Amino acid sequence: MAAPEPILRMRGIGKQFPGVRALDGVDFRLLPGEVHALMGENGAGKSTLIKVLTGVYEIDAGQIELAGRPVAFSSPLAAQQAGISTVYQEVNLCTNLTVAENIFAGREPRRMGRILWREMRRRAAELLARLEIDVDVTAPLSSCSLAVQQMVAIARAVDIDARVLILDEPTSSLDAGEVAQLFRVMRRLKDQGIAILFVSHFLDQVYEIADRMTVLRNGRLVGEYRTAELPQVELVAKMIGRELAELKALEDRPPEPDGAPLIEARELSRTGAIQPFSLTIHRGEVLGLAGLLGSGRTELARLLFGADHATSGTLRVDGKETALRTPRAAMGHGIAFCSENRRAEGLVPGLTVRENLLLALQATRGWARPLPRARQEELVEKYINALNIRPADPEQLVRNLSGGNQQKVLLARWLILEPRLLILDEPTRGIDVGAKTEIQRLVAELSGGGMAVLFVSAELEEVLRLSHRVGVLRDRRLVAELENGEQLTTDRLMETIASGAAS
Amino acid sequence: MRELLRHRLLWPVVVLVLLLLLNVIYNNGFLSIQVKDGHLYGNLIDILRFGAPLILVAIGMTLVIATGGIDLSVGSVVAIAGAMACLRISDLGDQGAVGGVLGAIGVALVLCLVLGAANGVLVAAIGVQPIVATLILMVAGRGLAQLITDGQIITVNSPPYKLFGGGYWLTLPFGIIVVAVVVVLTALLTRRLALGLLIESVGGNAEASRLVGIRSRGLTIMVYTFCALCAGIAGLIISSNVSSADGNNAGLWIELDAILAVVIGGTSLMGGRFSLTGTVLGALVIQTLTTTIYSIGVPPETTLLFKALVVTLVCLAQSPAFRAKVFHRRRRRPPAPAPSDEIDEKVSVAT
Repeated sequence: MAAPEPILRMRGIGKQFPGVRALDGVDFRLLPGEVHALMGENGAGKSTLIKVLTGVYEIDAGQIELAGRPVAFSSPLAAQQAGISTVYQEVNLCTNLTVAENIFAGREPRRMGRILWREMRRRAAELLARLEIDVDVTAPLSSCSLAVQQMVAIARAVDIDARVLILDEPTSSLDAGEVAQLFRVMRRLKDQGIAILFVSHFLDQVYEIADRMTVLRNGRLVGEYRTAELPQVELVAKMIGRELAELKALEDRPPEPDGAPLIEARELSRTGAIQPFSLTIHRGEVLGLAGLLGSGRTELARLLFGADHATSGTLRVDGKETALRTPRAAMGHGIAFCSENRRAEGLVPGLTVRENLLLALQATRGWARPLPRARQEELVEKYINALNIRPADPEQLVRNLSGGNQQKVLLARWLILEPRLLILDEPTRGIDVGAKTEIQRLVAELSGGGMAVLFVSAELEEVLRLSHRVGVLRDRRLVAELENGEQLTTDRLMETIASGAAS
Repeated sequence: MRELLRHRLLWPVVVLVLLLLLNVIYNNGFLSIQVKDGHLYGNLIDILRFGAPLILVAIGMTLVIATGGIDLSVGSVVAIAGAMACLRISDLGDQGAVGGVLGAIGVALVLCLVLGAANGVLVAAIGVQPIVATLILMVAGRGLAQLITDGQIITVNSPPYKLFGGGYWLTLPFGIIVVAVVVVLTALLTRRLALGLLIESVGGNAEASRLVGIRSRGLTIMVYTFCALCAGIAGLIISSNVSSADGNNAGLWIELDAILAVVIGGTSLMGGRFSLTGTVLGALVIQTLTTTIYSIGVPPETTLLFKALVVTLVCLAQSPAFRAKVFHRRRRRPPAPAPSDEIDEKVSVAT
């Protein structure tokens, strides 16, 4: 294939935020009919570059050309009308509207100002059928799984006559089958000559689908490469700017814990969420939870934190029976819970990094016993350094941080409490290799120090690398508990998930 | 300087100063303050004095709005507090008895606490939407106030009660002192203690706040109770000032002015971050505006329109989106001197 003219060309792009230089002289081009991966750690500037391109932010320097003509979009709508459609990391749809309404929101088929509902539903069903998504278009979006919501967002983006389609972390909440389905759709779109900009932290996925990639680091361009010519190890080295020895150091299995039981659940259940399960977590132990999306991983974790009420069963902490009716009761027993849903259940976006960090600690102290300012600053500085939170400015609003750094803030919020059991629900979803390694190393260190960790993750390698034992869930049931030893491999885990029994 | 320009209280301050300047142009002695009989007199003092009830109500409203709620019932609570206090005082054998008057004030304020707690329970424990929950008391409260006064306007003749809204202490109108005490106490509670942080957290993300163990239910009930208490004190000042209780008209529409004051002060109606200083400034802007309308002689039939215009301007100036549109070009313009039309052209290409 002779190199065609780029459909999109960005030159010398610069973007400055208060206290942060997000982009600095970045060049980028996108050819028609290719899947181009944008790679980099959290805070490398990927999201900013996309937002600049789609008119969410204005650029401070540089220029953008679309099909050879200089452009500058003042709003996402303008970008969309020019043929650049985007599906963001977190689904930006209205969950209270139906699937069809979401797909056509703002551009409903009309006649004389009247919306043609029947026509709209028909076209939505057709569109989704073409993408092989089986869903009732009249159902409210909230009744669909996160994965289907993501697909609907993509369907919407594709249906707007797109020349450039930007997928920002589209796969972070999809399971393997859904990813394959998405990739089929992407290849079809590619064949139609659409240029696809793809952002993902799953390297395997990038290598499966992307033709070329552009690597960013700290807001600067590292380079543009053909996927076939850049081995994964080198890519990671370019992204984090250092060698992979640190990553490799984690490959060893964790040492054996020798702690007493900390938490024992017996036949604990919640109707409609999780079938009765029995589970014991020991001090200093990392218990992994594996299972597909919607298998009940999160529901199990929430019961152990008192985020939901159990409908039956008993729970013992330190051998004494207790009912964790509220998160606060659980916190009183030294249990901490980091939700998978950062935006909805974790961050308070309007508050600063410092305030978000100290929120849990302050909540346990109550409003009448404020933390002295000096102590606050000491704690905040300690954890910003320990977790390498960037930018290291405690007074920055937390909403201005990148996803990985927000995750670290949430982790720090719980670590400040020095919990005895730390429940981490998908702590590494949607964050980059560097931050992921840091968080994994932290988990290993913490359990070494005697903290029990319940580690929920969709990535089996990660679960295997960190856990002493692995609980496997399937269809809202805990189907197996496996010791993590030499014999346990991702293949065997997958078999267990698939067959629903420990083989 | 840039810090100052970006400060979120800039616009309320600018408007307040402009309004005062406008008054000075019409009346050169507007800003002067005299001492008569050991009391301070002057237009500025009047603004503070007549603005006192609004500031009080707006302070309570600020905290409610910060939790992501709203309280429409404050006007009715104002009326109820005045009615209850006047009823108790009129029943006293000696209306000048300090103890009896304090008792009456106590009963009125306790009633307000109960009403506020009821609002809070409806919102936090039962889960009624704040605007609906407080609408109940907004409507029913007027009826309750009339029930208390038996549909009449109760007039009292009690020197100790008169002090509350019409008297002086340490050369200042007593109402101003009350307001100052409430504002300082609120600031201490929210900013010195951690109450403010927890309220902002609940308003910013209720589910996240629950998951970090904040007792948001108790906090919300407390905030609505506090709001009603503020309204109650405001009601006492208003009724004391005229030595009577009017269940129909006391505090009528004050909830809207209070919400407006909060918004002008830069607190978002979505909840989260709040600014007490901003709210006080907002209330002063509204009160100064009212004074200005009278003093520069705007025809009475156009006063509401005039008020609406000024408020619209303040809100526009506060809006980041609007500011970006209007002031954007000038800020991004390079300092180098050049014919302005040429630059405009370049900029419009780039945007």
